[in-house]
Amino acid sequence: MNWIYEPWPWYVAGPMIAFIMFLLIMVDKNFGMSSNLRTLCTICGAGNKVSFFKFDWKSQKWNLIVVLGAIIGGFIGSNFLSVDTAVLINPDTISDLKVLGFKSAGAAYLPTELFDTNALLNLKNVLLLAIGGLLVGFGARYAGGCTSGHAISGLSNLQAPSLVAVIGFFIGGLLMIHFIFPLLF
Amino acid sequence: MRTITYLFIGILFGITMFKSEAASWFRIYEMFKFDSFHMYGIIGSALVIGVIMIQCIKRFHIKSFYGQKINFLPKEKGIIRYLVGGIIFGLGWALAGACPGPMFTLLGVGYVPILIVIGASIMGTFLYGLLKDKLPH
Repeated sequence: MNWIYEPWPWYVAGPMIAFIMFLLIMVDKNFGMSSNLRTLCTICGAGNKVSFFKFDWKSQKWNLIVVLGAIIGGFIGSNFLSVDTAVLINPDTISDLKVLGFKSAGAAYLPTELFDTNALLNLKNVLLLAIGGLLVGFGARYAGGCTSGHAISGLSNLQAPSLVAVIGFFIGGLLMIHFIFPLLF
Repeated sequence: MRTITYLFIGILFGITMFKSEAASWFRIYEMFKFDSFHMYGIIGSALVIGVIMIQCIKRFHIKSFYGQKINFLPKEKGIIRYLVGGIIFGLGWALAGACPGPMFTLLGVGYVPILIVIGASIMGTFLYGLLKDKLPH
């Protein structure tokens, strides 16, 4: 059982994600995480101002429980199922990142430059995280789904719109990393 | 009982996201650099199994655990919303290094700054709701 403490390879993780989608389908639900962000808006009272958020959020309570599970899963995974959490990415990627100033590349799970609690003292970091989150939330709802809803659920159901969305995800991601990162870092 | 089921599925999802490193900012960066097969392997293998699974459910009229007919809602037709929305999402995905599932997993790991990403993504969703009728779809 030692493998469980090591990072899981893709051929374990991919089938596991398919299994999670299978379980959700079999309990009459669907795999899509970004709709929770809409539900959270509604709970915060956004429905009073904007009709898009006017719906019975209790019908989505099940998905919020999945989110709660995802939080607990992160806690379990990092505290009980891991020894060393440093992510061993490609050495070429590590040297690219070091040039950009990410010294924690290859030695941490997330870049400490952005995600260490101390990084919150740096206004630029806070702004970058906020802009990233804003784009994720806006884009996911505009596109009608995120990685789970389009790249996994939608493509599994051979939906052409999901293919367009996933192509969009990659255009955006490539633009950010190859053209915008050199300006930011 | 159903609550426990959803919670269990979520926990399984969270553990998978963390242990597969799909929740790692570094893996997302590496993916967009085409420096590793890892993320493509995860999404690709999930997809191959997913396609077969959904075809089987449809073809053999498999019922859910609760005996219900399983319906798959087709996505609305369109290009602009998927392409533009997708690009915007991709920009944020690469910058924050987290999508709407893993960002919650990272909260459970104990990264405080991810709260900014989560809060901002809720704001972003709200912003979309505000502007929805003015945007091309």
